Amino acid sequence: MQKYDVIMIGGGHNGLVAAGYLQRAGLKVVVLEKNDWVGGAATSRELTEGFLYSNCSYVCSLFRPEIMRDLELPRHGLQIISYDGGAVFARNGDYLGTYRDHESHRREFARFSPRDAEAYDRYSRDVTRQCRFIQPLLMRTAPDPFSFRPRDISELVYLARKFGDMGAADMAAMMRFWTMSISDYLDEYFESPVIKASLAISGIIGTALGPKSPGTAYVLLHHYMGEVDGSVGAWGYARGGMGAVTKALAASFQSVGGTILTGSEVDKVITRNGRAIGVALANGDEVHADRVVSNADVKRTFLKLVDEKDLPDRFVHRVRHFKMRGSSGKLNIALDSLPEFPALPKDSRCLRGDMHFTDDLERMERGYDDWKAGRWSADPFIDMMIPTTLDPTMAPPGKHFMSCFVQYCPPQVEGRDWTDADRDAFAETVVSQISDYSPGFRDRIRHMEVRTPRELEAEVGLTEGNIFQGELTFDQLLFNRPVPGYAQYRSPIDGLYICGSSTHPGGGVMGAPGRNAAAEILRDAKMKPAQMREAHDVL
Amino acid sequence: MTLDPIRKAEQEHFRTLLMPTPFHPRLAPLVETQSWYGWAGMLVAHSVFDEELEYFAIRSTAALFDISPMIKYRITGPDAERCLNRLTVRDVSKQKVGRVQYTAWCDDEGHVLDDGTLFRLGAADFRLCCQERHLPWLLDTARGMDVAIREETQEIAGLALQGPTSFAVLSKAGFDGVEALRPFQLAEFDHDGGKVMISRTGFTGDLGYELFVPATAALSLWDRLWEAGRLHGLNAIGYNALNRARIEAGFIVANGDFVTAETALRADRVRMPDEIGLDWLVDVDKVQFNGRSAILAARKNGTLKHVLVGLEIDDNTPAEAAIVYHGNKREVGLISAAIWSPTAKRNIAIASLERPYGSEILDDLWVEIYALRELKYHKMMKRARVVERPFVKLARRSANPPARF
Repeated sequence: MQKYDVIMIGGGHNGLVAAGYLQRAGLKVVVLEKNDWVGGAATSRELTEGFLYSNCSYVCSLFRPEIMRDLELPRHGLQIISYDGGAVFARNGDYLGTYRDHESHRREFARFSPRDAEAYDRYSRDVTRQCRFIQPLLMRTAPDPFSFRPRDISELVYLARKFGDMGAADMAAMMRFWTMSISDYLDEYFESPVIKASLAISGIIGTALGPKSPGTAYVLLHHYMGEVDGSVGAWGYARGGMGAVTKALAASFQSVGGTILTGSEVDKVITRNGRAIGVALANGDEVHADRVVSNADVKRTFLKLVDEKDLPDRFVHRVRHFKMRGSSGKLNIALDSLPEFPALPKDSRCLRGDMHFTDDLERMERGYDDWKAGRWSADPFIDMMIPTTLDPTMAPPGKHFMSCFVQYCPPQVEGRDWTDADRDAFAETVVSQISDYSPGFRDRIRHMEVRTPRELEAEVGLTEGNIFQGELTFDQLLFNRPVPGYAQYRSPIDGLYICGSSTHPGGGVMGAPGRNAAAEILRDAKMKPAQMREAHDVL
Repeated sequence: MTLDPIRKAEQEHFRTLLMPTPFHPRLAPLVETQSWYGWAGMLVAHSVFDEELEYFAIRSTAALFDISPMIKYRITGPDAERCLNRLTVRDVSKQKVGRVQYTAWCDDEGHVLDDGTLFRLGAADFRLCCQERHLPWLLDTARGMDVAIREETQEIAGLALQGPTSFAVLSKAGFDGVEALRPFQLAEFDHDGGKVMISRTGFTGDLGYELFVPATAALSLWDRLWEAGRLHGLNAIGYNALNRARIEAGFIVANGDFVTAETALRADRVRMPDEIGLDWLVDVDKVQFNGRSAILAARKNGTLKHVLVGLEIDDNTPAEAAIVYHGNKREVGLISAAIWSPTAKRNIAIASLERPYGSEILDDLWVEIYALRELKYHKMMKRARVVERPFVKLARRSANPPARF
């Protein structure tokens, strides 16, 4: 039997990031992946000939450039491409475009409200100010406020200093931002319903909250604190789909001698005398190592892979009540030709960005009401993109891949499990909404992959299909993520760590949890990373 | 889902990133350098034929500069004066109809949002011209008052006619009575079946005027001036030449020489009027205006952190973006604008310094200049002295009646 220094359970992006750092530091690491491919929720699979889908995550901004550099991902093929803007289609036949060019953006907003057009700069400055505060925290282990260890104290002092630099007005703004609903927040700046609908999108994506729920302003911030090549808040496509991120991570890991075993589902973490010593696979094989790291979410790790009796009651209680509510589904569609949207002027660049059909916050909130009642939204919110307008690698020339992220979509349908008929009916609401704005859309469809929380949980392993491995609400952030007292990637079991998006700073294909976890593991092993850069200066 | 044709037509803006100004059809054929750039989303020129020669048009004959992209708001109604008195730091009730105020306005913390010029067209009719956009701020200030506020940047075309022969040009163009305009005074004149507003203002420190007309009358106004200017050395100019003249005149540019409060990302970058040389604008006798108590408190408590000064620097290398030191070691500030002044024959700069440097401590200031010369930096430490602005003071700017050259 092979003996390793570290077993990584799951080959998602955070698992591969951590594995990459650990292997480079000199540890012998094996990644055990249950699927026949790696990538977790960052995969590109060819389900119909000639078409690559970004099966789950579909755009990239949060993935930390420091990690790309440390792990030499560009050398292993990773390219991130910026895109220009997008559009919200309005029911009256108009549309609101968004553009990278500042003046085009302003003129477009001015069509809906001259006041809002000029309010955008103040809004953008205020959001950017908050991002500047929070972005450096992503690449640091959150301090445990009650440990009184020197490290934690110095980290608290670091935080206090950052607060101190802010000034009273900024701090007040921050507290409000972290607790408000995105609807209330936007009301302070804007009057146009369609402009508010456009800006609220980042506040609800991936979250089982509506635009009027407190806490959604923070979710918006989470989506703004990424960057593409220093352009903070910008989003881009990974060339070759989001699988390109994990493909490069896997290649980087293997290039320094790391082992990846696909088709190897872990059944249990084996412990001896309160210490993790290896894992048992579903096929009965065992793999042993000094340390076990789980890339699975906190519920899957501690409620399925570990015996509850090996864990403190209070810890189990906390894990059980960690909020992981699935709220979204996904349609990946292979198209025979580029869809037409008569509302868009000919040659509009908006077709290359994110497109939406929800033109006011009321509709968005009604969609959420359906979710609360245990149904998928009858009038769903769709984040729709056609990456092949910029990426030639995902479909044959003239053909296109369309990614539709759909909210809201409950983990169970009115209290029962999803059926195939439910899934097809869910897909139909989406296709029907798109068809309302794009005549002949159905006829262009060659193949379609439909993913409800059921498929996300079964295939990717995301409990309830929650894309962030746990809600990004303030009660579950920083030293409370995932469990107070266990926010530093360790667990009650010696030698067992977690490194997925359930941990600080959360999901969104950021890689920071994996990197921070690797730092803690190496600290315990009294080793140093070969290369682990501090967070870049912001702006 | 059918959209009316007007709304459909308005969508087309995205095809043109930089919009032509109303003068573009006349200006474009003149711009031999093709050095176009964007000012507030409009297409304007860095230079027209030769920025050096354009500068001398400002200082020796007359120069025509397109100021249409300047942001313009129209404030009208019974409470217009009250509203502007609350907005700005100067006393608008003292501003007579037909006068122009150079002014500034602040947020509640007394940090400058922008500076600009306020034209009083009537008892209840004002035009505010500035660099940045402020519609939400203006509308919020006007809440509860009987006043209408409208952005009119696109509708109103503007020209700056500057230089020693600028009066002669206007006179030749038939604007009778323009000789009566004193500095910061405005009047309306007949033009093309309508009116043109002419004020004796400008950004050059020279004799000069600014002209505002409805965009539809822009080309006829240009033609009228151009024809009249033929024998008076009238030249079209770009921003680079104007910028040299404005530095000589000691004028500051928002988001060039100071960061405006609504655009600053970093909390320490904002400035109070006293920190950018605008303390003389603040009318403390005015009972209430935005930022008043914060400004007074900062003065009383001595918490003003910065000061904006004019510097004269040894030798002749412009010190653009250079760091300012005290005693050759301690970093005390930054230069935001610098040129060799052809008119003063001095090496001049505008700098922002940390108090007490520049306010109390004026000696032993040095500037670190890196001059790139054929792929090698010549690094220099040059002596700098705080001097009065304007660097160039011309009698003809304020002579009454104005001279013909």
